[in-house]
Amino acid sequence: MSIAPVRRRVRGGVGESFERPDAVPKVKGEFRYGSDLNREGMLFGATLRSPHPHARIAGIDVAAAKRLPGVKAVITAAELPTRQRFGLMKLDQPVLASGRVRYVGEPVAIVAADTAEAARVAAKAIDVRYELLPAITDPIAALQPGATPLHKPGNVIEEVRVVHGDPDARADIVIEGEYALGMQDQAALGPEAGLAYPRADGGVELHVATQWLHEDLRQIAPCLGLPESKVRLVLAGVGGAFGAREDVTLQIHACLLALATKRPVRMTYGREESFYGHVHRHPAALFYAHGATKQGRLVFVRATIVLDGGAYASSSPAVVANAACFGAGPYRVPNARIHAVGAYTNNPPTGAMRGFGAVQSCFAYEAQMDKLATKLGIDPVELRERNAVRNGDAIVTNQAVEGSAPVAEIVRRCADLPMPESDIPSDPIALPGGAGNLTVGEGVRRGVGFAAGFKNVCYSHGFDDFATARVRLLRDERGPMVRVHTAAAEVGQGVVAVCAQIARTELGVERVEIDPPDTTIGSAGSSSASRQTWMTGGAVLAACREVKAELLSRARVAGRSPDDLPGLLGEPIDRTVTHRHRDTQPRNEDTQNNGHVAFLFAAHRAVVDVDVETGLVKVVQIATAQDVGKAINPLAVIGQIEGGIAQGLGLAVMEEVQLQDGHVRNASFTDYLLPTTLDMPPVVVDLIEHPHPDAPYGAKGVGEPPTISSTPAIVAAIRDATGRELNRVPVRPDDIVFDVPYRSGWRISPGDDPRRASRT
Amino acid sequence: MKLTVNGEERSADVVDHESLLTVLRERLGLPGSKNACEQGECGSCSVFLDGELVCACLVLGAATEGRTVETVEGLSHDDELSPVQRAFVEAGAVQCGFCTPGLIVAAHALLRENPEPSDYEVREALSGNICRCTGYGKILEAVQRSSAAMYRR
Repeated sequence: MSIAPVRRRVRGGVGESFERPDAVPKVKGEFRYGSDLNREGMLFGATLRSPHPHARIAGIDVAAAKRLPGVKAVITAAELPTRQRFGLMKLDQPVLASGRVRYVGEPVAIVAADTAEAARVAAKAIDVRYELLPAITDPIAALQPGATPLHKPGNVIEEVRVVHGDPDARADIVIEGEYALGMQDQAALGPEAGLAYPRADGGVELHVATQWLHEDLRQIAPCLGLPESKVRLVLAGVGGAFGAREDVTLQIHACLLALATKRPVRMTYGREESFYGHVHRHPAALFYAHGATKQGRLVFVRATIVLDGGAYASSSPAVVANAACFGAGPYRVPNARIHAVGAYTNNPPTGAMRGFGAVQSCFAYEAQMDKLATKLGIDPVELRERNAVRNGDAIVTNQAVEGSAPVAEIVRRCADLPMPESDIPSDPIALPGGAGNLTVGEGVRRGVGFAAGFKNVCYSHGFDDFATARVRLLRDERGPMVRVHTAAAEVGQGVVAVCAQIARTELGVERVEIDPPDTTIGSAGSSSASRQTWMTGGAVLAACREVKAELLSRARVAGRSPDDLPGLLGEPIDRTVTHRHRDTQPRNEDTQNNGHVAFLFAAHRAVVDVDVETGLVKVVQIATAQDVGKAINPLAVIGQIEGGIAQGLGLAVMEEVQLQDGHVRNASFTDYLLPTTLDMPPVVVDLIEHPHPDAPYGAKGVGEPPTISSTPAIVAAIRDATGRELNRVPVRPDDIVFDVPYRSGWRISPGDDPRRASRT
Repeated sequence: MKLTVNGEERSADVVDHESLLTVLRERLGLPGSKNACEQGECGSCSVFLDGELVCACLVLGAATEGRTVETVEGLSHDDELSPVQRAFVEAGAVQCGFCTPGLIVAAHALLRENPEPSDYEVREALSGNICRCTGYGKILEAVQRSSAAMYRR
């Protein structure tokens, strides 16, 4: 059906940098986040967590805790309904530990009390007798024959092999390298928080900061022993997510306590508990070999990638698949063997974080590309351009890139962006270390580095990925307006603005209100995988077009202009549409098929000053070119790009959850370092808009690419300045000063099964 | 205890060891100041105490008896945003918004002392406020814009 465009043009449509609908309440301090919620008669929840990475629970005594003043409920595994496990992809995570704990921070008991303090005191008063077990904290060791299985099927969470072309192909030039990434924390500023209260029908309502209301519902309801119809979820204000809110944290606990006490219960994690309470980015060990012709054409990539999944699976299977699928980079690689495995260990569980597996392999393959460029004597930008995937080329999963694959273009345009105006500064405050640098800059060297990366948008490998939107066009005393209802989680990325701008453009009405997301409407899928513009944006677009068709039909019948909204909206027009992207194929044995919907590409150039004597780094400038398909809101797109780069910078030079024998050593913002205004350099952005034919207005999704190749670009720049190998992130001052490359202690031939590793 | 908050005399029942942040958020119904790190690292709880910028999480509630506190809720009047707030909205400096109230207060503190800060002075002044979403570019721009709006024109 072809539909004539509505002629009215209004402000705030697609393509305009228009103010987001939640900005004003946020600047006034009126926007309510999960931790701000209150309700009459509210109790406070607290969680008792395991202090051991691996132990048998010999007994739990809650008597003393229950006797404390103000305590209203104490729940252990013994009191749980039938379903006692949850998980995004595998049902392997206990609601409360029973019999065994597998990581430091695993929930063992929960408490509700009159005050937050009384709840914490009571949790501490629970007496748990542990019998310690040996902890496995090295993921490669966990995979070796004879390692103690932490779960029944063994320590392999997921194994993905990509076999493409001739995996044993030979090449003139071969370079090898071992790489590693530490554990990064999403560090959303808003802590995990939610408020649950019992409903008159025996069910429960939960207001929670999450990324995917319906997935939470799917996991929560069976663990409460309730049908989904008796559990309602409403999105509370979300203070950032970045993947950390894909998993259930306190959702089930808060509901259990509310049902047990028949009172509202609020749970809010403090910062330390937040470090233990949510999954982190997978630490990785990567063993790579690249083969090329003397002319600089890639011949093969072989890689073994081991991701530390920690104690429970979370989304590890999909992260492993991503690390493998995107493990050769956005390049033409005719032959490949990539073997990626996620391992169970007694480290904290890992799962989704922005970039989701693509970050880990990009750090390795981009370092390899630089090594190759050096060996061949070719400019690193030129080498990338020469091997760039072009429209119609297949990546190593044998999927042709369709729609737009402007890799050579982003690489060249990024390289051509203006360099910083100044040379190494003379003002000591602008040197690496700032006011803390006591030198006069005699050891400061400047370096420039470059990297490109890519990943999928939307869910892959046959997942039934959809989003539902309800759009109502109506009139009230102030005139015509549009209401948009979806379950899409606004986590800061701006999906509320995207939905409003699409509705304005499609319906020509400026006043658009976004209803609070909840589970009374169909799922919108997760605010993950850079997918909400494509999916919920697509659903809103489709619903608006149905509304518009009805409007035009009414206009025809009434013989009025379609612009005569007051005359045509005696009855509101109300349409609900579920939108799906095209089918993807499930993964097969060699991962050779069309597993992904589409791909996102970006390139980054970093300029750094490094004090080679102190090991301090100052990132001076980041330049980036990114193909976004279409910028629905250019200002918001640039905000996503700059913010994603900040997280990539953090991973490059400062952010790591430091683990020692399974214990987190820096669970605070004092000890886990995040980029501040003094660490973040100016960012120069070249937005490239090649509309993707399947996406709404061609808009492909923006959130993740900035975090993928910014990290390797910064490390490449530090290598350029120092000549150091720097094969692990975050790069620490010691790595620069003492030049001791990271070694895992394992010998693995790239592409081989990591279960056959030998000690070096 | 009694104190003046956003120009109003307020009284609250306060537990001895509670922070000013807890008093504001849980006793006085002012949750605009945010709790993100509990140890003065992130600036999300920035407020004015007798005109001075402090992290409310590091101030003992009981120590504010008789004193004057100004929070983000006191910086706008009905629908009228302060120039700093308006600039944050227009520059795209707000994403998840959790750091925003603290940054708004810290930016006011800077501009009250230094109406025409250099780029470096803005960075220095806001370096105690962590934002995890924006990468700061739009925030720095918003502060410069509001400075212009408040003082130069």
